[in-house]
Amino acid sequence: MALYVVQFLTGLANASSLFLAACGLSVIFGVTRIVNFAHGAFYMLGAYVAYSLTQRLEGGLGFWAGILVAAAVVALVGALLEMSLLRRIYRAPELFQLLATFGVTLMVEDLVHLIWGPQDLVGPRAPGLDGAVTVLGLPVPTYDLLLIVLGPLVLGALWLLMHRTRWGVLVRAATEDRDMVAALGVNQKWLFTGVFTLGIFLAAFGGALQIPRTAVTHQMDLSIIAEVFVVVVIGGLGSITGAFLAAVLIAELNAFGILVLPGISLVLMFLVMAVVLVIRPWGFLGKPIQTGVKTIGEATRPWRPWSPATSVLVAAAILLAALMPLLLGSYGLSVGAQILIAVVFAVSLQFQMSTGGLDSFGHAAYFGLGAYGAALAVEWSGLPMEAALLVGPLAGLAGALVFGWFCVRLSGVYFAMLTLAFAQITWSVAFQWVEVTGGDNGILGVWPSDWASSPAAFYWLTLAVAVVCVLVLRHLVFSPFGYRLRAVRDSTVRAEAIGISRQRTQYVAFAVSGTAAGLAGALFAFLKGSIFPDVLSIPTSIDALVMVLLGGVATVSGSVVGAIVYTMASIWLMSATDLSRLVLGAVIVFLVVAFPQGIVGSLAGLVAGPLERWRRPAGAARPVALPAEGRQ
Amino acid sequence: MSAASAKLEVAALNSFYGPVQILFDVGFSVGRGEVVALLGRNGAGKSTTFKSLMGLVDRREGAIRFEAEDIARLPTYEIARRGLGYVPEDRRVFAELTVEENLEVGRQPARGDAATWTPERLYALFPNLAEMRRRPGGQMSGGEQQMLTISRTLMGNPSLVLLDEPSEGLAPKIIEQMADAILAMKREGLSILLSEQNLHFARLISDRAYILEKGRIRFSGTVAELEANTAVRDQYLAV
Repeated sequence: MALYVVQFLTGLANASSLFLAACGLSVIFGVTRIVNFAHGAFYMLGAYVAYSLTQRLEGGLGFWAGILVAAAVVALVGALLEMSLLRRIYRAPELFQLLATFGVTLMVEDLVHLIWGPQDLVGPRAPGLDGAVTVLGLPVPTYDLLLIVLGPLVLGALWLLMHRTRWGVLVRAATEDRDMVAALGVNQKWLFTGVFTLGIFLAAFGGALQIPRTAVTHQMDLSIIAEVFVVVVIGGLGSITGAFLAAVLIAELNAFGILVLPGISLVLMFLVMAVVLVIRPWGFLGKPIQTGVKTIGEATRPWRPWSPATSVLVAAAILLAALMPLLLGSYGLSVGAQILIAVVFAVSLQFQMSTGGLDSFGHAAYFGLGAYGAALAVEWSGLPMEAALLVGPLAGLAGALVFGWFCVRLSGVYFAMLTLAFAQITWSVAFQWVEVTGGDNGILGVWPSDWASSPAAFYWLTLAVAVVCVLVLRHLVFSPFGYRLRAVRDSTVRAEAIGISRQRTQYVAFAVSGTAAGLAGALFAFLKGSIFPDVLSIPTSIDALVMVLLGGVATVSGSVVGAIVYTMASIWLMSATDLSRLVLGAVIVFLVVAFPQGIVGSLAGLVAGPLERWRRPAGAARPVALPAEGRQ
Repeated sequence: MSAASAKLEVAALNSFYGPVQILFDVGFSVGRGEVVALLGRNGAGKSTTFKSLMGLVDRREGAIRFEAEDIARLPTYEIARRGLGYVPEDRRVFAELTVEENLEVGRQPARGDAATWTPERLYALFPNLAEMRRRPGGQMSGGEQQMLTISRTLMGNPSLVLLDEPSEGLAPKIIEQMADAILAMKREGLSILLSEQNLHFARLISDRAYILEKGRIRFSGTVAELEANTAVRDQYLAV
């Protein structure tokens, strides 16, 4: 009994930190409609800055001053980011906003590395609160009790701010209808900056409060962001109280999950999240986000099957690729195989994003499942490569069927966040389930069959798979199924009115996409001969997104080009600099701001001439959810 | 209407949603203290005209002079602060906010050239609202929401109010109340531009009228002239 009470208290203490991080994200989204991926990075920065300040400041007053000043300093950085970057992308599609803020996360990671070094840091204990209180005979850290009180206090303060001040009323009004608030004479620019600064302050405060409890590490950002996404999805985007309830639920599940399912407590969290989302797709206190017509005014060129000339070009490109073993050595061929695998991975994501309109932020899950599926087939069942290459895509398919069942119930940012959360859960399982996956040590000795073991043979195998995969996915775009999928994407309501089920159609697309990603993952396992949890990590998902973005979301050929350019660039970057994340992050941010249609998309726009440009006055496809009467 | 005394003057206004042009060379004016009706059927471009004035469409071209100053390039909030009050057709009451809070969002400093409104004055104008100060906007009837959205705009002390179909979907009794309120606003010296499909309602309160069809102005004149011109009425307004 006593143990449960103590676990419950620990859960509440964790809930407070989680709530601080999550409510900031939720408030920011409510007003600016940006899902701030960099939120975890600011949480981490809060902890690092607080660490440095509390090293210099003495005593209880110094400690608390250090925590608060750290949060304020980081909030100021957030304000600068809002003014310099976010203001440029408020009108961009949400996918680009997520990507840009992820780019910021990458940059922060390397900057933290530069400033504070690679090692974990252990902060000071809170003066006067470093002891423990005995509860039912068991010790509970005094600091935890403080956190337990702090969570509801912050909730109350935010409630007062939102309901008793003019600023708060304006924020709530803007959460409902930004344009109307502007039409009533409110300058949204400063409202947005203010809200973003407040949100970042809360995240940094949450991070800073962690230093007496846990070591300050480089993993804090991505580990908190996945949990935060789960919390805001369950609580309802934009709702502060919802974030609090969900934070308590998730933190308690974690606390008790460790007792029930040690090792893989995340599975429990996953199950609960699934149940909540099936019953309330918009979370506890959230509201459905207007979707409907996605891109009014976006002048997309209609897709057409290849002309004979294009077919000849494609055949020539394939032939050229097939001749590579005559030109390249074994290193070159292994890079070539890696590029081809990236092509399959990118095209599988492009299919679901462009044809399906499903912006996944967790495509690594299916790639990783394919890789682990193939590796485990070899290691456990001793299957040969040929069979393992079937197990991989099947594992990707299985994952897509399970996760997709939940994901396709949602759309837009909810969908993106949920896919990311699922991928992160898969990563955690691979990381924690050491008996099966080897944990951080991975699975070694996944080698191809003899006939495919030479670099040239494996390269040709990969090329054959890539060509078939790309052609099949491209064929699907122009099949009746592809038409249905595009109909659902372009106008859900009209498609459903002629008898096409959105959920079922998108579910199938999700499964197809997951299978192809799984195939890419399986090949990847054999290329590398080993597999580690990082194939499932967020950066892997982002790799796929950047490849697609780089090439332009709208075209299959774009993804192929994007995958080739991006893979070569990142291999070169890794060898050229220690600060690859800083460079990559900056490149992503630059790409989003400069080429909102991707490289191939932008080139095609130039080729299409002035007419196209005239049709795109803002330079970007604008997602405008105009109400039906808006066209009067 | 001479240009010198015009409160609002619009010339050669073209508006677009993405690549689609909605308004074609629209021009009209509203004089000081005048009530002008913009008439037309559903889809004629009335709401788009209002949104264009407020800078709420994708793209617009042309001249919009308010108080003899060009406001066509200003951001929406700046247009509102100059004294152009906008009451949207779909009301857009903040559903989660109470009546009092909705009014607070609209509040702007007093202006030299226009009547100054307070919640108390508005509650006197719309007694129904006074009884539900704490009620969330989402839990009000259509008529009550219409009163609230007008009151919210008046809290900004505008000198010209754009009323987009103020009678739409309201019960006859509420429509009468609405007409009285608009006349009371006129007595306060406000200029008013309202859009209507309902000629009867517009006739009660307007001095002049324009007819809009398929994004173009087809008629302009006094209400009396419009009454006399059955051909125009049949062609552009009859359902």
